[in-house]
Parts: sequence; structure tokens; C-alpha cells
Amino acid sequence: MKVNVYVTLKPGVLDPQGKAIHHALEGLGFAGVDDVRAGRFIELEVADDVSDADLDAMCAKLLANTVIENYRIERA
Amino acid sequence: MKTAVIVFPGSNCDRDMAVALETVTGRAPAMVWHRDSALPGGTDFIALPGGFSYGDYLRSGAMAARSPILRAVVEAAGRGVPVLGVCNGFQVLAEAQLLPGALMRNAGLNFVCRTVPLTVENSQSLFTASYAKGETIRIPVAHHDGNYFADSATLDRIEGEGRVAFRYAEPVNGSARDIAGVLNDAGNVLGMMPHPERAIDPAHGGTDGLRLFEAALGALA
Repeated sequence: MKVNVYVTLKPGVLDPQGKAIHHALEGLGFAGVDDVRAGRFIELEVADDVSDADLDAMCAKLLANTVIENYRIERA
Repeated sequence: MKTAVIVFPGSNCDRDMAVALETVTGRAPAMVWHRDSALPGGTDFIALPGGFSYGDYLRSGAMAARSPILRAVVEAAGRGVPVLGVCNGFQVLAEAQLLPGALMRNAGLNFVCRTVPLTVENSQSLFTASYAKGETIRIPVAHHDGNYFADSATLDRIEGEGRVAFRYAEPVNGSARDIAGVLNDAGNVLGMMPHPERAIDPAHGGTDGLRLFEAALGALA
């Protein structure tokens, strides 16, 4: 089955890349964008019997750096 | 004195690190490949060099921190063996949770490559005993992901414990509290973004980096 993992910067962690994207959007003339935060999207193809606990451990041990990032797991 | 340099695919400062270690110890270090699961017996000092291990895939240092040799490095660090991580080596040590915090993309988004002034904050550690507290030294940096981040409670704690070894004396990369180098709680692991191995010969433009190796390796001899 397919599992989607969304890795995002924690609130309060400055995101220079998001800021640069924001400025670029403004440079293209898009008004009304208040903020941009850039994250990472990871698709996993896993066996059906992979447990939620295993998926959580994969995120905590490798896919996200929990010092600076949060993650959300979604079984597609 | 047996030293070791850990070599990852994408390391590019491993030979400079080896020259620095051999210059001070008179003996070439063991170059240990990331797939190895053990360090040479009796290793007294471990260096993690700069570079772009595993192409910086996922996050800088993330893959290297999960490589087989890192289990041996973590085990050795736990026994008190000195470990020096420079640049990508610092990123690896942070990802391996041997050091607190994380190294993020530079605040200005630019790769910064120049010699910078550092203030020595702790001159009592194994690695910094040849410097005076408050002294300004000049060491080159060359990195894209050197923006040190930790939450404010962690920053307060490591500052209170004297674990900030070096601070940038001018804005470089947006690091929290201008932190350039951090020690672990036992003081035997140092991670720093600046490259002391690039300042060991007058032809490099300075020898402030040599003093770090002389202090650390001299204390072990």
C-alpha cells in the first residue's frame, strides 16, 4: 500500500527557503500571499502488514529530524 | 597515537583532515570507510571530515548518521574517545544526536566560503585548551547548511554548561546566538562548521586551526 509522509518545519523554526519562495511569488506579481513554509513529501510503498508503530519509527529515526521538523503520516 | 578519519561517499575534506592529523602526530591516520562496522583497535581520536556525504540526500548528514560505522563512532564516543566533526562532520554528529541541535540552510541561502573570525568561548576543553577565552581566531568556512538551530531551552542549557566552543565574531549564516562550534556534555565530542584543517600551514593564510589539533592530540599523547 501507499503511505504519504509530510515533513514540515516546526512552528518558530525560521525557513529561509520559504521566505525566498515567498519573495519570488511577490516578484511574479502574486499578491495576498502572507507566508510560505517549504517542507518535504515522501511516498512509501509498503506491505499491508507494516504497522503504524513501524511507520512512526521510520519518521522519527530517519525521515524527519524532530529537532526542527514535524511529520504527518497518511495511509493512502 | 592512533587516529582515524571516517570517509563517506561524498566526503571531500578527508585528505586535508588526514594531513592535519599526520602533521601533528607524525603518523598517518586510518581512513575508515562508511561501510565498515568497526574502528581499528586502539583508535584514540576520530575525525569526521567535511564534504557532501551521500550527496546531502534527505538532509545534510542524515544518511551518514545512519551508516554502519556511525554505530562504532557513537559507541567510542560513549567510552570517551575524542570525536571531532568538521562541517559535514558536524552535521553528521548532530543528526546522530551526539550533539544537540541541527544545521539548517544558511539564512542568506548562499553558500558561504571565506575565512571568518571566531571568538573562543570555552578554552578549557580538550580541543580548545591552546586558545585563550575571548580570543579571536581566523578559520575558513565553506558551507551551505551551517545555520545552527536549537530551541531556546537547549541553547540556554548548552551556554550555561560552557558547551559553546566557538562563536562567529561577525554574521556568517544566521546561526542561533552565532554558535559556530558545540561540545557534548562530556566534552569529548566537538562539532564545528569552520575548517581548522584548512588553517594549519602559513601557506593556508594562517595556522589558528593547527592549535586545535595540537591541543587535542597533544593531550592524548
